Amino acid sequence: MHYPWFFLALVFDLLATGGYIVYLVKQEKWVSSASCFLLFTGFVFHTIFLCKQYVVLGTAPVLDLKSALSFFSWCIILVFLAFHLKFRVMVLGSFVAPFAAFLMIISSAMPWATGPVKPLFKSIWLTVHVSTIFLGNGLFAITFVAAVMYLIQERQIKHKRFGSFYRRLPSLATLDSINHYALICGFPFLTLGMITGSIYAQVALGSYWQWDPKEVWSLVTWLFYAALLHERLTVGWRGRRAAVMSIFCFCILLFTFVGTTLWVKGYHNFTTLGTGGA
Amino acid sequence: MKAKIVNIGVNHETAPVELRECLAADPESSAKIFGALRDLSCVREGMFLSTCNRVEVLFTSDRAAEARQEILSLISSGLGKLQSEALSSCFYSLEDLNAVRHVFRVASSLDSMVVGEPQILGQIKEAYQRATQEKTSGVIVNRLMHRAFHVAKRVRTETGICASAVSISYAAVELAKKIFHSLEGKSVLLIGAGEMAELAALHLVNNGVSSMSVANRTFERAMAVAGRFGAKPLSFDEIARELFEVDIVICSTASAEHVISFEQVKRSLRKRRNRPLFFIDIAIPRDVEPTVNNLPNVYVYDIDDLKGIIALNVDQRKREAVRAERIVEEEVLKFGQWLNTLSVVPTIVALQEKAGAIIQAELKKSNSLMEHLADGQKEAVEMLARSIAEKVLNDPILFLKGKAERAAVDTYLDVARRLFNLDRNHGVKYGSESDDK
Repeated sequence: MHYPWFFLALVFDLLATGGYIVYLVKQEKWVSSASCFLLFTGFVFHTIFLCKQYVVLGTAPVLDLKSALSFFSWCIILVFLAFHLKFRVMVLGSFVAPFAAFLMIISSAMPWATGPVKPLFKSIWLTVHVSTIFLGNGLFAITFVAAVMYLIQERQIKHKRFGSFYRRLPSLATLDSINHYALICGFPFLTLGMITGSIYAQVALGSYWQWDPKEVWSLVTWLFYAALLHERLTVGWRGRRAAVMSIFCFCILLFTFVGTTLWVKGYHNFTTLGTGGA
Repeated sequence: MKAKIVNIGVNHETAPVELRECLAADPESSAKIFGALRDLSCVREGMFLSTCNRVEVLFTSDRAAEARQEILSLISSGLGKLQSEALSSCFYSLEDLNAVRHVFRVASSLDSMVVGEPQILGQIKEAYQRATQEKTSGVIVNRLMHRAFHVAKRVRTETGICASAVSISYAAVELAKKIFHSLEGKSVLLIGAGEMAELAALHLVNNGVSSMSVANRTFERAMAVAGRFGAKPLSFDEIARELFEVDIVICSTASAEHVISFEQVKRSLRKRRNRPLFFIDIAIPRDVEPTVNNLPNVYVYDIDDLKGIIALNVDQRKREAVRAERIVEEEVLKFGQWLNTLSVVPTIVALQEKAGAIIQAELKKSNSLMEHLADGQKEAVEMLARSIAEKVLNDPILFLKGKAERAAVDTYLDVARRLFNLDRNHGVKYGSESDDK
């Protein structure tokens, strides 16, 4: 099995998180570079783990909640590393790394699913569906993080009370444009993910749309993000309002992802999807 | 005899501004000082620094008291035309490591009126360049200045002493950067005129603001101010329309009422497509209605807000200064160690130790080749190695001893230490010249 790679990824994510928190406090440049390196190393291990899982299962390793969380974490780190190249906002890591590590911890606490994979899942459409959806989710996670940072920074500037975050956080314009770019990139991925998902449903289940709770909530999420994108592009929403809205949208997204899985019954559920399950 | 490092000077703390004004050197008299530093028999090396807040003479001498008198009388006659008694009470005089510490503190702006201000380092670099051109600097001053630049760099990068603004206009620029990230391509509207407002505008322009307009009650006045900045003059009625476009507004009118109203800004928001708008209101009474700050993406800072930021920053600088002092102390210690090596006896000892170490290392290497030799033969080889080393070192050692009483001994010692690479192999490593620059 490939659990050691998963474990290594978890350990390096945690180390990177620790490093980024130290960076947040100490503001030493080398600490952030080191943390970024640790995060990247963890990411490489994680990638190896996912590749091996893919080979073993014959499909994307996202069939249970454990794997899905770990894949989500991987996507967030992937997006963060890409954004790091573009924006060079080191302190973003201090917010993203803990979030990614948190998902990894939850994932690691869950039991490994065993048993054979149903042939139904060995479809290229499923792989495309989940990877686009999760990349979209990763990008939206960045909009969420940037929005939280924006609100903290905006509050300090607006209320003229400068706490220790004032110096540590980047400018409002930078945070807003991170939010903007992540949204613009994330939305097509979400759209593509939903389209490929319905194609897969047609291929696998013979129907494009079944009014399953998860499908409905995905649509709701999509509509909210579409509204946000529309307001941003045509009305010129930006700053605080856009930040609040992207936090709200991300909460719906999380509910769609986790909430419908845990509390709502439907065919799109991990318990029924599970490798060993019905 | 070992030379003393002496620093005499006045600064903003020891001398009132009138006195410093008298002392502020014109080019002619500073040439005179440099001439004296070169020609006085009691001064070995020296340099001279004069800024609006301080006058300093740094020199090395083996007759320190005499040299100090000579230079003091020179300063008082040449520069201030004052009695040297009146002056000498204002002058501080520091020796050896205290002088070194003082130079380091001045270079890293710990001794400045505004702690952390960056100009002083440039002024010292200029003064040092002058000293090298005038050929008044030597081994010790060169080393001391290079270390001072190094200390200043460390203090700047390792502490936050220069990180925060301590003037209204800088604080405004800093805030603008926290809102807009970069000021490139942003536009400014200056309403009213006044020294502080214009200074803030100037800082914004220096930081990349691309277009500027100036509005004033009287159009002529607007024309005059706009002319100074190459800006666009506006009448007061055009302000409302200008609010659709600009990113930063600086207000400083003498108006008793608000010049910018809540409604006016609110109306402009949609036209602006919610782009952030930053008001810097340095007028008293205020020009911008305070409730404007409640509008989304609009930030209003009045003079009290800016003063509040400055007070915070000054506190922070004071805290950072403590860390800076520690860096200075560290470097003073290192410099002291280097100074101690700069005399004849330790240099000779270091030379002999180095030779001894080489002999031991080489004998060890050849150990396997000499195994078949008898003990007596081994001893003979060792003796041979020793006497070759001794003969080679004999002349350099005699030369150094011969120069011990000369004024130029520091230069010879420095060359000898570098020629034989003595500072690398014995204890403390000293930063090379290259990393000082």
